[in-house]
Amino acid sequence: MSFDDWILALHVLSAFAYVAGIILFWVLIVAVRKTDDPEGTLRMQPASMVGNAVIGIGAGGTIILGIWLAFSVGDYAIWDFWILAAIVLWAIAAGIGQRTGKAYMQGVTKARELESAGQRGSNAELLALNRTQIGVRLHTAATIVVLLILIDMIWKPGA
Amino acid sequence: MTAVLAAVRADETHFPLFVHVLGAMILVGGLVTAAALLVFARGDVPSLRRGYWTLLAVALPGWFVMRIGAEWIYQKEHWDDLPEGIDEPAWLGIGYILADLGGLLLLVSLIVGGIGMRRLRNGGGAGLLKATMILSLVILAAYVVAVWAMAGKPD
Repeated sequence: MSFDDWILALHVLSAFAYVAGIILFWVLIVAVRKTDDPEGTLRMQPASMVGNAVIGIGAGGTIILGIWLAFSVGDYAIWDFWILAAIVLWAIAAGIGQRTGKAYMQGVTKARELESAGQRGSNAELLALNRTQIGVRLHTAATIVVLLILIDMIWKPGA
Repeated sequence: MTAVLAAVRADETHFPLFVHVLGAMILVGGLVTAAALLVFARGDVPSLRRGYWTLLAVALPGWFVMRIGAEWIYQKEHWDDLPEGIDEPAWLGIGYILADLGGLLLLVSLIVGGIGMRRLRNGGGAGLLKATMILSLVILAAYVVAVWAMAGKPD
């Protein structure tokens, strides 16, 4: 295996990590919709941290190693349409992901406030925050954008 | 020769490859999610249930999609019809063995976890779900190697 083969393997593994993070957050989004107490909300935090870690590794690995490959592999150039499209889509997905995180952190913040105030039972406001429609829409959009990146990577339009 | 065959990808193989990769991504995502939920459950029943159901409802369908895509692309790229004297490349063998071995382990982990889920109703089963968690991590490690082999294509 050449050095570029190793970089390609790590680039693909990063893409798998990115999608794994998206799937993990889909599971948590479904789970948190039925959660109306601070304890249940905060119990998802460790898994959520795993999701943040794999998305961070995935997003960072795909863009850094992908740009490396665009310059290093002779058949590709950074200005190839499919590579530029992937970079733009990656930036869109990253931006949407950040906004999704903010939308769901409102519920976590509320759960922490309730817990520190000693309120452990059901809370309608917490449930409403956990059921954020904006969060679901943003995560759906991020999923579609990442799916478009995968399609772009396989079909390589303009290559 | 096999390297050339691997590099040349006809347009008609794009969709089977997409199915294969998407299935593999769903499978790995399901395994990461299930393992994360089961690792941090610490006896919490809803988290244990969530972890098991993720394995069943996300990872298992992902395995089937990945495996169907693999077989489809295998036929399309004519790996089943190699000229005499040419062996399959190592990366293809690694991918096949790990995909099937991983599938078998996934089935075992689902059966063990399923018994654990039944026992949860009577206050037991946490140990069996811990075994499911360990198996999930083993399968995940195997699939990381498989992804590395399929992407890096070692000789």
